[in-house]
Amino acid sequence: MNTSSQPHTQASPGLASHPKVNPSQKLWKFHGGVHLPEEKDLSNQGPVVATAVPKRLVIPLAQHIGAPTRPCVKVGDRVFKGQMIGEPQGYVSAPVHASSSGVVTAIEQHAMPHPSGLPAPSVIIETDGEDAWASDLPEPVTDFHQLDADALRTRVRMAGIVGLGGASFPSSVKLNPGKDQPIDTLVLNGAECEPYITCDDMLMRDRAADIITGARIIVHLLGAERCLIGIEDNKPEAIAAMRAAVAEQQPQTSASIKVLVIPTLYPSGGEKQLIRILTGKEVPTHGIPAQIGVVCQNVGTVAAVADAVLRGHPLVERFVTVTGRGIAKPGNFRVRVGTLANELVAASGGYTGELAKLVAGGPMMGANLATDAVPITKATNCILALTPAESPDPGAATPCIRCGQCAQVCPANLLPQQLYWHARAKDLDKVQDYNLFDCIECGCCAHVCPAHIPLVQYYRYAKNESWAREREKRASEHAKKRHEAREARLERLDRERKAKLRKKKEAITPKTKTVPGKSASVGGAEKTAPAGAGETPIAGGGDDAGAQGTKQPADRQTETAGNAP
Amino acid sequence: MIAGSLTSSPHSARISRVDQVMLQVCLALIPGTVAMVWFFGWGIIINMLLASVFAVAAEALVMKARGRPALPAVRDLSAVVTALLFAITVPPTLPWWLTLIGILFAIVIVKQLYGGIGYNPFNPAMAGYVFLLISYPVATTSWLPPDVPSLLEARDLVHLSFVDSVRLIFTGGLPLETTWDAVSGATPLDELRTRLDQNVLMADIRQSPLWGWVGGQGWEWVAAGFLLGGLYLIAIRVITWHIPVSLLGSLALLAGLFWLFDPNHFPAPWFHLFSGGAMLGAFFIATDPVSAATTKRGQLVFGALIGAVVFVIRTWGGYPDAVAFGVLLLNIAAPTIDHYTQPRVFGHARGKS
Ligand code: SF4
Ligand code: SF4
Repeated sequence: MNTSSQPHTQASPGLASHPKVNPSQKLWKFHGGVHLPEEKDLSNQGPVVATAVPKRLVIPLAQHIGAPTRPCVKVGDRVFKGQMIGEPQGYVSAPVHASSSGVVTAIEQHAMPHPSGLPAPSVIIETDGEDAWASDLPEPVTDFHQLDADALRTRVRMAGIVGLGGASFPSSVKLNPGKDQPIDTLVLNGAECEPYITCDDMLMRDRAADIITGARIIVHLLGAERCLIGIEDNKPEAIAAMRAAVAEQQPQTSASIKVLVIPTLYPSGGEKQLIRILTGKEVPTHGIPAQIGVVCQNVGTVAAVADAVLRGHPLVERFVTVTGRGIAKPGNFRVRVGTLANELVAASGGYTGELAKLVAGGPMMGANLATDAVPITKATNCILALTPAESPDPGAATPCIRCGQCAQVCPANLLPQQLYWHARAKDLDKVQDYNLFDCIECGCCAHVCPAHIPLVQYYRYAKNESWAREREKRASEHAKKRHEAREARLERLDRERKAKLRKKKEAITPKTKTVPGKSASVGGAEKTAPAGAGETPIAGGGDDAGAQGTKQPADRQTETAGNAP
Repeated sequence: MIAGSLTSSPHSARISRVDQVMLQVCLALIPGTVAMVWFFGWGIIINMLLASVFAVAAEALVMKARGRPALPAVRDLSAVVTALLFAITVPPTLPWWLTLIGILFAIVIVKQLYGGIGYNPFNPAMAGYVFLLISYPVATTSWLPPDVPSLLEARDLVHLSFVDSVRLIFTGGLPLETTWDAVSGATPLDELRTRLDQNVLMADIRQSPLWGWVGGQGWEWVAAGFLLGGLYLIAIRVITWHIPVSLLGSLALLAGLFWLFDPNHFPAPWFHLFSGGAMLGAFFIATDPVSAATTKRGQLVFGALIGAVVFVIRTWGGYPDAVAFGVLLLNIAAPTIDHYTQPRVFGHARGKS
């Protein structure tokens, strides 16, 4: 009942366009950040356009952080919209579904909208234009309170929902913080702080009710007490729509749901930054929000949760912004996952002319694309075509003048110039000392650097090197352990054989002969007892299966820790 | 299609360039420079031009010699900034060849031998100045008296015209029928030291025609000009407040304590702030990003220590002004200061750096 009166107060025209900060709710600050030129007007003027079913869908089998899925269809199979085509492998994984009906014509490597530029295995579907849903979708649930947390989580998992804000971490994992990790706050990320991108803005305007319902589902699932929704103050329509939806649904829940208007400052939409702004708490380094009782979800993700629960629909489409001055008619589209970016570009009137860069994502953190023949994935929120005027060539980097601008804007409060210094010198220990892995690659430092040093590039490089070194170290440690275990095993076998032999001999030969000489050898046998404790490594990491068992979780841990931002 | 370049994020336009930063510093020097020209004549401008030409030429030659393109290095204007700061620091009558030596030392030895812009541990302008100060102490400390009629009359001094300045700088020749004594005068800090050493009380020293409202005649205006330019640099975020405030603050604090304790033998804190190179040093020299501390807490320590060194040397040391020494001394300590003042990284426990 708190904020519901706000939308009704008619402020003066000047104020109405920028609903200023919430009277009752305190907001916190994070260090640094940059004010970026606003480019949202380019794409948020018209309504969201639903795209037609494309002739061909290219659906990557891995659209999330974690273990890739295994194809569960064959070439020639007829598939329906919402049918699972990629089965999750392992816990941190999310299934992939066909986004329209048709026939699987190939399962092959295809270019991806990914910074690595490497192709990835994808299912190619020739669509039949009927867009027919599969018949075995889960039943719609009208009252989600009937389902318990496990049932809801399973739904979220089987609907293939991953974080739609760009990080694409499987949502069911985030929604399973564990019993010893009570969650009091759900944070909804509607900040959308990257300039140019407006798909979350449009989503909040169009689907506010679903977002709030999705939030209530998650609050119920987690047993949270409150839901804080952070939206930057440059989205007045979205704020109004969300507030109206909250006002409508608040009576149906005991948790308090609040829309909080936050100042426009990049990177307020970074998970850790947003949690800090809304709750005042800092996610511990190398930690996750659950450790401070918070789960954070993007608004799109939450709408997908509502779809999965209320309608039984898996995640097969999303809102995508196609924008930049390199695009004739920028706008937002409702797009089936697997649609090729070039079809979206065509739907937005094509390119205007010379392009400096094509980017998947925003100008600050997006990935460069070498081609526009890449599919839209669950994580693709924006296709950005920048003209040379928008993305001027900064020219060659000049030496760092240690001006400290980078340190002033770093939201992680790092010393970017020192990181750069040591990354350049490939001093991997020093970059660790300067907390390289706290860098969220937001690009603020590079953005303000007067020497135009591509700082983030150096940090990515140093991170990759550190991971490689870590892997190598672990591999060699593993090999060493295996070697030691093998030695120990051979030694043990040898001993056992000798012991047997001895026993046999003892059985055969008369007793009197053994007594003086063999006492030493008995002692020797006793000595093998502690050596027998050397069996532990054999059980732990000796043979291949055991080794895999211990190695994999460790690997996964670094993977998620590394990619979490 | 697509011919876009493949580089790492961010992809957006950058907002500043090194040459723009340097240009802003040059602009910010204007008020102080105008005041200097007003009180000390055209020698300042001549020195600035000379030093700039020498600096740019030296920079270009060294880059050539190192097999690097000269143009980008010259275009970033950092050599010009060094030259201007040097020219402001030395007396307006400094012979041209001393300017040349000072600039060569600053650019070639202090800056380029350490690897060029960004690598020099010392502020080049100050290193060049101190080099001259030690090698040619007389020429480097002979200042003109400020062009204030009452003062010139009282001391029987002559002021130099533009032509006189040119001749003095290039040929070492004084105007006819004048002696060196008739054109040069002690700076307020100089005079203060001498008189205090002669056991003259502050109150009497203050009666000297060399004194203005808060600092020396003319000098206080020069200081105000640099203060204004410095505030401009803070306003446009080329520098932050940390170093200037801590430097001037510690200087004022120490001066204030001693002044309160014994106002007869110690000048007031505002005299310290508006005399010599305090303002110029605080806003333009100690803030040189390359050789200063980089962390915020570090900058506070860095500035405060410079202020302390300046006060100590001015009060008990061998030189009347000590801004250059203070800056150079703390340049050495900057990396260590940085090391112990790293900010708390986001998400790290409070209390450990
Ligand atoms: S912003 Fe660039 S030039 Fe300035 S200190 Fe950082 S890396 Fe160096
Ligand atoms: S990219 Fe990393 S170092 Fe640079 S500002 Fe962002 S968090 Fe700081």
